Amino acid sequence: MLPFDDVIRLTIIGISQGCAYALIALGFVLIYKATEVVNFAHGDFMMFGGFAVLTFSEGFGLGFWPGLVCACLAMGLAGYLVDSLIMRRIIGQSQASIFILTVAFGFVLRSAAGMIWGWSPLSLDTPFDGETSFSGITVGTERFAIVGATIVLCFALYAFFARSRLGVAMQASSQNQLAAYYMGIPVRRLVSLVWALAAVIATIAGAFMAPVTQLDTSTGFLGIKALSGAIVGGFGSIPGTILGCLLIGVIEPFSDYYFPAIKGVSAYIVMLVVLFVRPDGLVVQTFRKKV
Amino acid sequence: MQIVFKTSYDQDINLLSKTGEYIRVTLVVLLMLAAPLFLDAYYLSELGLLLVYVIAGVGLMILTGFTGQVSFGHAAFLGIGAYCHSILLTAGVPFTVSIILTTTFTGLIGMMIGRSASRMHGFYLAVATLAFLIIIETVLGEWTSLTGGYAGLAVPELQIFGYYLSELWQQYYVDLALTLFVVWGAANLLRSPTGRSFLAVRDSELSARSLGVNVEWVKIQSFGVSAAITGLAGVLLAHHLSYLAPETFGVLESLKLLLMIVVGGLGSIPGAIFGAIFVSLLPVILSLLRDVLPEAMSQQAGLEPMFFGLIIVLFVVFEPDGINGRWRKLLHFFETFPYYRKASFVRQKSYLKTERMR
Repeated sequence: MLPFDDVIRLTIIGISQGCAYALIALGFVLIYKATEVVNFAHGDFMMFGGFAVLTFSEGFGLGFWPGLVCACLAMGLAGYLVDSLIMRRIIGQSQASIFILTVAFGFVLRSAAGMIWGWSPLSLDTPFDGETSFSGITVGTERFAIVGATIVLCFALYAFFARSRLGVAMQASSQNQLAAYYMGIPVRRLVSLVWALAAVIATIAGAFMAPVTQLDTSTGFLGIKALSGAIVGGFGSIPGTILGCLLIGVIEPFSDYYFPAIKGVSAYIVMLVVLFVRPDGLVVQTFRKKV
Repeated sequence: MQIVFKTSYDQDINLLSKTGEYIRVTLVVLLMLAAPLFLDAYYLSELGLLLVYVIAGVGLMILTGFTGQVSFGHAAFLGIGAYCHSILLTAGVPFTVSIILTTTFTGLIGMMIGRSASRMHGFYLAVATLAFLIIIETVLGEWTSLTGGYAGLAVPELQIFGYYLSELWQQYYVDLALTLFVVWGAANLLRSPTGRSFLAVRDSELSARSLGVNVEWVKIQSFGVSAAITGLAGVLLAHHLSYLAPETFGVLESLKLLLMIVVGGLGSIPGAIFGAIFVSLLPVILSLLRDVLPEAMSQQAGLEPMFFGLIIVLFVVFEPDGINGRWRKLLHFFETFPYYRKASFVRQKSYLKTERMR
């Protein structure tokens, strides 16, 4: 049996990992709600965003926070362009095409990052390096930073979607695109803005994950785990997503400890089990049309 | 301009409706039969591998192209087929029995997946099959006593009814025979009531249900048939690789299968064939591109995945019907020679079709 201290430590690590997944998954859910496209390249957006922060904060010597803001702006622009140049053209095509397109786009991003920043992991200096200890338990400070960032972002997003004019318009166009057109909402521009927003969130996630994972071209694969967390929770609902990601994040360190043979796969097993029992996730978002 | 005169009702359901198609298909089959006469060993084995991918492509095409269920886990069925066959052969089961057992086994696993998949939709299915693939890959790697783990598993030699078929051309003819059988069978399946119900489910689950199609059962059938065919491809692939490792059947292999049917043209059997040809030629194209590009770019490490990705992006954006669509346009151009109009292939404007209300 695990000593109590380790249980607490693994739980804290699990919660922060879950928050990190939730941070990534928020971008998936935003894009999905707006366009019903699941952007499999989102993990690679995160990876690219982390590298962009590195370039702005250390390459240009701006420091961490100004560098983060600049990287967010740059990645937001990139997200806007991805939608307006590529994704907009393929609306209405089959899921298979959209799926393979975003996966392929992830490949392009990954090799572009490898060509620009090299294939070996780099480290990013953040204000939350170091360790925090209380009553004999030591956990890296960056773990708490991730939890904090997730909470702040969730409230900011909630306020944005519930209160601001732009946010309400985004909700409207996600619920019924054609009706939104009729109401005079500039749907195309809004969808591109959603992509920009998702890219910004991905950049923040990338920057806060950097102390844990290092900046590496392969961190994009975290996106798939975040996606399974989101699916466990029921894709499309933000509270469900956060719940699912936390669940996966907490289960993962424990199962890695008890069953080392399936290290790294437990998230997928949890997802498959949930999908077998409840095919629409824990918080159901789809409704069957009755004939 | 060619006009088809209908003189019997059979013409409506014939596999090949026009004379031109008869001639082309006969030519291709004859050419494939004669290939060992004029190809040297390397190209012959490549051609055999191409045929294996044609089978796998047809398998995935039945599921994704005709029934509309995206599967990202088809490399898992390929892997299960290859491993199951090698294990059975090593245990002393004859080839013919093993191939039937393996195909049935992968088909049954496919039906089990289909049973739960029939309640999922859209990308849930894609991610669930992706997770299935990752788990199968891990199982193949960790179950050392059965699969040999990451060290790999040797595939016994190809032997039918006691005759060793160790020559390349003999293996090639085995591949060719099974490919022709699978393609012919798939074409036949599609004109049967079962195949038509596949198409109905793809186009609209709601209207299929209204017409009395048992949507769940159709999805299970489709998964079963698709997995069985892919498992058969796995059997043949095992003999081509002659040494199996779990990494061979990973996410990249699945992406390759999906790339094949998307680039070839979703929803058509020729699409699977074109796609397999494309995937086999891709390494050649990439190495040619490497020569053309300036030194500074061609020496970069990540060039291959980048081109891989770019080609897919360009195909999906500019030619969503794939190579098969381009081919049909070309044929149409010649058949209606002076009267070809671009407008006959322009897609209608499409709005977002939500899957949240289905």
